[in-house]
Order: sequence, then C-alpha cells, then structure tokens
Amino acid sequence: MLGRIADSLYWMARYSERAESTARILDVGYRMTLMPQDAATRASVWSSTLEIAGCQEAYAEKYGGEVRREDVIRFLAIDPDNPWSLYGCLRAARENARALRSSITIELWEAVNSTWLEIRDMDENALLERGYRDLFDWVKERANLFHGVADGTMLHDDAYAFMRLGWYLERAGNTARILDSKYHVLLASAQDVGGAVDYYQWGALLRSVSAFRAYHKVYSNVIVPARVAELLILREDMPRSLHSCLNQAIGSLDHLCGRRPFECRRIAGELHARIRFASMSEIFTRGLHEFLTDFVDRTTELGGQVQRDFMMLA
Amino acid sequence: MPVFDEMHGADGALRPAYARVAAWLGRLRPEQIARKRAEADLLFRRLGITFIVYGKEGGTERLIPFDVIPRVFAAHEWRRLAQGSIQRVRALNLFLADIYHGREIIRAGVVPAELILANEYFQPQMQGLSLPCGIYTHVAGIDIVRTGESEFFVLEDNLRSPSGVSYMMENREVMMRLFPELFSEFGVAPVNHYPDELLRNLRAVAPPGVDEPTVAVMTPGPYNSAYFEHAFLAEQIGVELVEGRDLFVRDGVVYMRTTEGPQRVHVIYRRVDDEFLDPLAFRSESTLGVPGLLSVYRAGNVSLANAMGTGVADDKSVYPYVPDIVRFYLGEEPILNNVPTWMLRRADDLKYALDHLHELVTKEVHGAGGYGMLVGPAATKAEIEAYRARILADPAGFISQPTLALSTCPTFVESGVAPRHVDLRPYVLAGETFGVVPGGLTRVALVEGSLVVNSSQGGGIKDTWVLEGEG
Repeated sequence: MLGRIADSLYWMARYSERAESTARILDVGYRMTLMPQDAATRASVWSSTLEIAGCQEAYAEKYGGEVRREDVIRFLAIDPDNPWSLYGCLRAARENARALRSSITIELWEAVNSTWLEIRDMDENALLERGYRDLFDWVKERANLFHGVADGTMLHDDAYAFMRLGWYLERAGNTARILDSKYHVLLASAQDVGGAVDYYQWGALLRSVSAFRAYHKVYSNVIVPARVAELLILREDMPRSLHSCLNQAIGSLDHLCGRRPFECRRIAGELHARIRFASMSEIFTRGLHEFLTDFVDRTTELGGQVQRDFMMLA
Repeated sequence: MPVFDEMHGADGALRPAYARVAAWLGRLRPEQIARKRAEADLLFRRLGITFIVYGKEGGTERLIPFDVIPRVFAAHEWRRLAQGSIQRVRALNLFLADIYHGREIIRAGVVPAELILANEYFQPQMQGLSLPCGIYTHVAGIDIVRTGESEFFVLEDNLRSPSGVSYMMENREVMMRLFPELFSEFGVAPVNHYPDELLRNLRAVAPPGVDEPTVAVMTPGPYNSAYFEHAFLAEQIGVELVEGRDLFVRDGVVYMRTTEGPQRVHVIYRRVDDEFLDPLAFRSESTLGVPGLLSVYRAGNVSLANAMGTGVADDKSVYPYVPDIVRFYLGEEPILNNVPTWMLRRADDLKYALDHLHELVTKEVHGAGGYGMLVGPAATKAEIEAYRARILADPAGFISQPTLALSTCPTFVESGVAPRHVDLRPYVLAGETFGVVPGGLTRVALVEGSLVVNSSQGGGIKDTWVLEGEG
C-alpha cells in the first residue's frame, strides 16, 4: 500500500475519533453547567473543556480572557477556523477520505461525506435552533455509524489496521487528557469526597467516556476517585480505558509489522507493558498527573514513529 | 446539408446494422425506456461515476447524461475504422521517432521544419532518446465523425493523454445490466478486456531487462476532472494510483513510498501533462511532479506512457499533414480521410477562409476541447467579425474546415426517440503490437440540430456496439 494512502486512512480515523471525543466533552460540560453552581465553578468547567480539547490558547487569541459558555461551544463546535472544532475535524476526516476513493468502500465514503455535508451547512442560528445536545448526540451517532460501516464493509486488511491504529491512539490520548484535566479532583482527600458537586463531577467524567453505568456494574459502590482512575486506566474490558485502547492498537500493529522489527512496535510494546503491569498504588505514588502526561507524550511519540516506519513521509 | 442517419441511412431505408435495434425499439414503450434510463442513472451513481467532477469546496457531483439506445457498427464498418485508426497511430509513432532522431521527413520536404522545431509541444529533451518498442503514444484516442454510408473523417488524433475510456467501460457495464438479453441476441463484441490489453502493453514497454515490471497510474490528484477515470483504470488493471508526492528518485531510479518501504516503479501510465512531470526540468512551481523524473527517463530506467513530447504530433498545425505522414512512413494510402483543412498561414487559404467564415468551422491551432473555436453557421455577425480580427492578428494560429453534417443516431429525448448527432472516439493501444478494442466512446449532442457533443455543453454519451459476424 502507498504510504500516502496509509496516512490518509490513519488520519481519517483520528479526526473522526477526535470529533466524537470533543462532542462528548462538550456534552458533559453543558450538562454540568445545568447544575446550580457559582460563576467561578461554571467558568472552570469550560476552561477545562478547552484544556482537554487543547484549544485554550487559540480560544484566548480569539475571545480574550473571558470564558463564556456560548463562545466555547461555538468555538469547539462549528468554528471553521478552529481545526479541532467538530466542524474542522469532520472536514479533515472527509478531506482524507476523498483521497481514498479506491481504498475505502462506497458505504464508508458516503458515511463520511454526508456527515461533512450536514455540518458544513450549519451556522450559529442553525446550531441554536437545533440545540446543543442534539448536535453532540448527532456527532456521536455519526461516529458510531463510521465505526460500524468501516467494520462491516471494509476488508480487514492493512488498510483497516491503519484506521484502527488511528482510532485507538486518538482515543487513548483523549481518555488520558480527560482524566488529567480532573486529576486534582481525583486526588482530593477522602474527607472532601461525597458532596453533591463531587458526585456530579465524577458522574460527568464517567459519562464523557461512556463509563457511568460500567462503573456501577463493575464496582457496585459509591464513586471514589481511585476507582474512577482504575476503571479508565487499567480495566481492559472498559472500551475507552488506556489499557483497552492499547490492546487494540497493539493488535493492529502486530498485523502491520508481522515479524519486521519496527521501532513503533517496540515503543508500543513498552507502553503496553507499563499499563498492563501497573498498579494503582504505584501510579498514585509516582503522581497521577506525571503518569498521564508521560502517557500522552508517549502516544504522541508512537504516532510519529508509526508515520516514520510506514508512511515514508518526505 | 443532407444528414446521414445511422439507422435509416440517407434515403430512409433501414440499414442492416440497425435491424435488430429497430425491432427492439419497436417493442419498447417510451415509459419503459424512461424507466431504464432512470435505472441507468442509479447504476452510474452506485458505480461511483458521480465522482467525475469535484467542485472546489462542496464536492459537487455530476452525471453525464447517458442514452440507453446503443450506437451500432457492422463488423465490416468497424474493421475499416479500426484499421484506419491503427494505421494513423502507427504512422504517427514513426513520425515522432523520426522528428526526435534523424528528421527524414523534414529533409524530404514533406513537413515544414518550422512547424515542428518551433512548435511549443516539441520537446528538445526527447531528441536522440530511444524508447522501448519505439512507441511514443501507448494510448491514443482518434476522434472520428461520419457523414455518409462510407464517409468517415478523422477530426483529431489525441496523442497526449486522451480520456474517456472509463465511460466506454462503464457504459457497457450499465447496458449489460439493463438489457442482458440483447447481448446474446445481438452478438455484441466485448470491450471488457481493455484494461488487460492496456496492462499488457504497459508491461511490454518496461525498461530493457526488467522481467516483472511494476506499473503505476499517475494522477494529478482528486481535484483533477478525470480523477475518477484514473482511479478506475488503476483499480481495473490492479496497480497503485500514485501522485507525484508518492514517488521519489534515488540513485537513478524511481521509487514509490509504500508501507513496505521504497518500491521501484518501472512503468508509469501518467495522466499528468508534460510540463508538470518534473519540477527540476520544467515548471519549477509544479507540485504534481517528481523532481528528477526526467533524468531517470532519459537514462532509460523508467518508461512513461505516453512518452513526453507527443503533443507535437497531434497539434492542429500538423494535422493537415497526417495523410502525407501515413504515405511517407508506411507507403500506404490513408484508410481514413482527414477533414479538408485550410491552413491560414497560407495566403490563399487565408483569403478563402476570410471570405467564407460564416460557413466554416475555424479553430485555434493549439486549442483543444472545443474551446476557442468559431462555428460559422451558428455564429452571429458580431462573433464572426470579432473572430476575424483575431485571425488577422495571427493567421498562422488558425485553421478552417468545412462544417460537417455529422451523422445521427436514434436517441431517447423528451419527445421520444429522435435522431441526434454523434461522434466517436476509439482507443488505440500500442506496445509490442497495435490494437483497438471493438468499441469506443460515442458522444451525442442531445439538443435538436446541435453539432456540439462536448459534455460541458449539453452532450451525452451512449454505448457503442460492434456486431460480430456480418448481420
């Protein structure tokens, strides 16, 4: 396969996953601000939303220091100038898909293309009329459609493996960023835990990665920070946990590397082992924030090495 | 002007080639045809042919109108068209080899030197270069019109990178799905082996000593209007569709960047124009090409199809000489005629043309695609006068031809089945041998009386059937 094709497959999947993740973060932020709370708490919700999306600086450049709900949502949802907005991600996913006409199925092209065409025509009025939640739900639905169509219509060959690699590396990074943005809350001492606000904070965090019900099913217990971290880092049966994402990424890399000794496979293996044989007590001792920052850096490094090993980008 | 109808001839009597089509049309009700046409549109969409034209931002899709009534040639008619097309392509290849080597034809005084050497499509880099099999135009599209029972004229020889062959394939695919029963009944010669023939020829022109050549199709990219065709052909012949940035030159050979590492490429079926192929040699701002490609080509380590510099042979200023070119290299009389042409760089021709602009078709020598031409009988006085001024400014830049009464074929239009004007482009493949698959692209002017078949101006397409056996 041409390196360029592999690259487009990888990025099409990454952008699509990023759109879903941003929609989830926005959804959670929006829900949280429907709770009674003071202005400072409210602003901190949206600041952390921008932080997870990696868009603080760009936002400040455009809107100055004040963090307002409407501005944040507009900036992260439909702003064409923000490459990480839902609009920007879905456009980029589609641009990549366009270069893949002979490498993806007609069904997958149609899924990606029609998603783009729908958000392309959405301006602020249309967004308000439609309602924020409706847009976020729609983006999540389209992401599910994308996964389903890709899985159900594409040959499960190298092309599919590059797409999966894109999904799971992006997803792992997103989960780590979401956790990191709340690490100070997660590390709060035991006696602070238990208030209504905390309950909603945890609930929101778990919901943003579709883990709210899973938490209760797994632990049958009240929400405490250490268990949230364990669920989203170590549980390999939790679809958006770091461990689960790495399992999937490793599977795709094994398919792609075969017996060839690629550097990206070594990096992935090392990272995988760290997660697989980690314990929560060790992670907390080292510092959760340090652990997560390190993880994000390593996934970025892994992504770069994948491109060097397979895509021969000049 | 009497118009020759391919179903009813000049005198209204049913021509044998159309006997079965006429009977079939007699059985079909208009609403059945309409339904089949709607089905055809759906099939074209499903086959992905809506991707022909990408707009800039929106990815606008366009369907070229498809007519479900086939155009039919009897076996003996096709034999002549095929032989005539091949004859021209053989001669034009010898011509290209000659002008880039010894230039016998110029020394013999058959073609004036300045037409070649001062031609903007003459490629000095090609001089003295020997190509595998001596082939320059591996794929040629010969545009042919018909005006009578046995009157065929070649309008143009497209020797650079003629497009449209994907329509020939897809039109057939759609017709076979819509009317499977007709194919066994009529005995229609197949065209489906075109990609195989193309691949066989591309492999045949690999650099010497390469037994298992790697072939690639090279496209300018998804924004090119023929991108669909490039992707289609790459898929059909089972090779990679590459862009310039997928290729690189190292140690005198061309590689493509694959997920398995660099892979050497031996033959490039390129659908990128000469001047964009190598930014080091031609347009330095081109991002479509491969730096250093020309040096590899000149060293004989990669083959390009078509070769560079073929444009000098399909230029309209050279066109009038093609019959003489055929005679000069092959010692044969041309099987297919040229359209009589006035070369306005000649004083006599210029005078005649200026006096008769209202009845002639006048074209720019370097123009293509139906742009910049004057169709006298359809033009207003003001248009003619404006064009006259352009001619007088540069007479050598123009040729004139009589307005031909293109033949008509039965076509399904809003008022029912009615005759519409058509042209034809068969595709000649050259490598170790020369060949034409029995078929081609028939374009049809859907507007009553119109002679303009270009899809940008209301033209449609139809399947072209060559009957096997004399029936």
